[in-house]
Amino acid sequence: MLDDLRELYQEVILDHGKSPRNFRDVEDATSHAHGANPLCGDQLVVYLKLGDGEKIEDVSFVGKGCAISVASASMMTEMVMGKTVDEAKDMFRRFHAMCTGDDGGSDTVLLEDDLEKLNVLSGVRAFPVRVKCATLPWHTLSAAIAGEDEASTEA
Amino acid sequence: MNDTAHAIALDDSGTDYDVERYRKEFPILGEEVHGTPLVYLDNAASAQKPKQVIDAVQYVYEHEYANVHRGVHYMSEHATDAYEGARVKVQKFINAKHAHEIIFTRNSTEAINMVAATHGRRFLEPGDEIIISVMEHHSNIVPWQMLRDEKGLVLKAAPVSDDGEFLIEEFKKLLTPKTKLVAITHTSNALGTVTPAAEIVRLAHEAGAKVLLDGSQAVVHMPVDVAALDCDFYVFTGHKLYGPSGVGVLYGKEEALNAMPPFLGGGEMIATVTLEKSTWAGLPNKFEAGTPMIAQAIGLGAAVDYVTAIGMDRIAAHEQDLLLYATQKLSSIPGMKIYGTAPAKAAVISFGLGDVHPHDVATIIDRAGVACRAGHHCAQPLMDRMGVPAMTRASFGLYNTRADADTLVEALEFAREFLG
Repeated sequence: MLDDLRELYQEVILDHGKSPRNFRDVEDATSHAHGANPLCGDQLVVYLKLGDGEKIEDVSFVGKGCAISVASASMMTEMVMGKTVDEAKDMFRRFHAMCTGDDGGSDTVLLEDDLEKLNVLSGVRAFPVRVKCATLPWHTLSAAIAGEDEASTEA
Repeated sequence: MNDTAHAIALDDSGTDYDVERYRKEFPILGEEVHGTPLVYLDNAASAQKPKQVIDAVQYVYEHEYANVHRGVHYMSEHATDAYEGARVKVQKFINAKHAHEIIFTRNSTEAINMVAATHGRRFLEPGDEIIISVMEHHSNIVPWQMLRDEKGLVLKAAPVSDDGEFLIEEFKKLLTPKTKLVAITHTSNALGTVTPAAEIVRLAHEAGAKVLLDGSQAVVHMPVDVAALDCDFYVFTGHKLYGPSGVGVLYGKEEALNAMPPFLGGGEMIATVTLEKSTWAGLPNKFEAGTPMIAQAIGLGAAVDYVTAIGMDRIAAHEQDLLLYATQKLSSIPGMKIYGTAPAKAAVISFGLGDVHPHDVATIIDRAGVACRAGHHCAQPLMDRMGVPAMTRASFGLYNTRADADTLVEALEFAREFLG
């Protein structure tokens, strides 16, 4: 019991959950999107400022959520800051595969190189109902990139 | 063990409520989750089923199943008798005047939608007013919003106090000659608040409005008497009352049901059909188009028998003891905030634990075998009123014990340390 829980709530996650990075709005944002998990009422807004070459010049979030979703949002903003939109989309694809185990069958998918830090969130795989907590911020970022107002884990 | 705990233990053994016997009648309570015994405290979402209900459903399929109200053959007659027998059991359970005032529906949600779509569409006019409360379940909000938008009605919400108490004086002020319908919960699913339903009905009737009470959480926690309440409609669902899912009840006064047009058209609800027109069957068939939930309704009848044999008043007393005990124990946890402390309250405790999110609380205590609900409890307007996005909820049933409350408290203390 404890092993699973410790795997889910690693120190890094608790730290990001309590002191989220880039937890603010972006005044000159080029787009933003609302994300909601209708099952639990969690809500967040992701702000995005795109520059030349679709580069993410600034990204932030505000909202209320559980430790997992806040930590995931916080780490996401750190990861995609300064990256291009295409790079961010690719990160989401890989991160999503890690969270859901949807990778063609192998037991563990650990991310490498640039996404290595996100491996602390791989504990959600043992908690299927919590996967959406980890992926909601990324769904919301995708919506902001696509210029859509709303993202939902039920989409 | 300190003196208080000792006194409590003596109290427990002094009652003739045989909770250990009842627990054995619920097979699922013998299950282990994550290698530890299940402590089921999510009864407000759905209750577990006793062997008597499980057996009753199995018996139908093995010994007396056929379609109802159709065949002249032996099996159909027996299935019809069992199905109609369940209706009489429900009638007696809530003290309705007639069995045909009991309409079987899919659940409470369908029952409320049925009233909105039939009574609401037929009798409410543009500008008419409906009053609900801020602590309604979404199922008693959304159907009225849909009807409001369709018919140009006004929808008002009666407020609650910070303690979650229904403010009857504020409710009075909302009543006007234009109020045509009042739809209020009898017991809040999120806070456990028991509303002054009889008083609400009396005031609403004085204003000329009909009243629907949502009894989904009330019928499971206390004796309910629709004749004494004098409500026009009363709805509840079977699965929270230890019965099968897929069956619920709409009670309506005979005259109100007779005045309403049918809900769904089809078989069973007609008297005659020609290619030009049809005439409707009488009550209750007018509202039960198509093949109904035969086995589930019979299972609900068995659930009614089960709780009646124990006694709803004794279940209520047992749960009140648990409510008091659990509230006291929970209050000793640092950072504990209990939402809903109305004097009249059923054994439902919603709470927050410091700044730990309810989702994280529920995940951690689940690993100790404790099943609680975390979220908005399908009552988002109430969450807004209380100023929180979500709550954790422990809801007790007839088979819960003080030991269950102790396990909950231990698990919460662990969660606080773990995330602290």
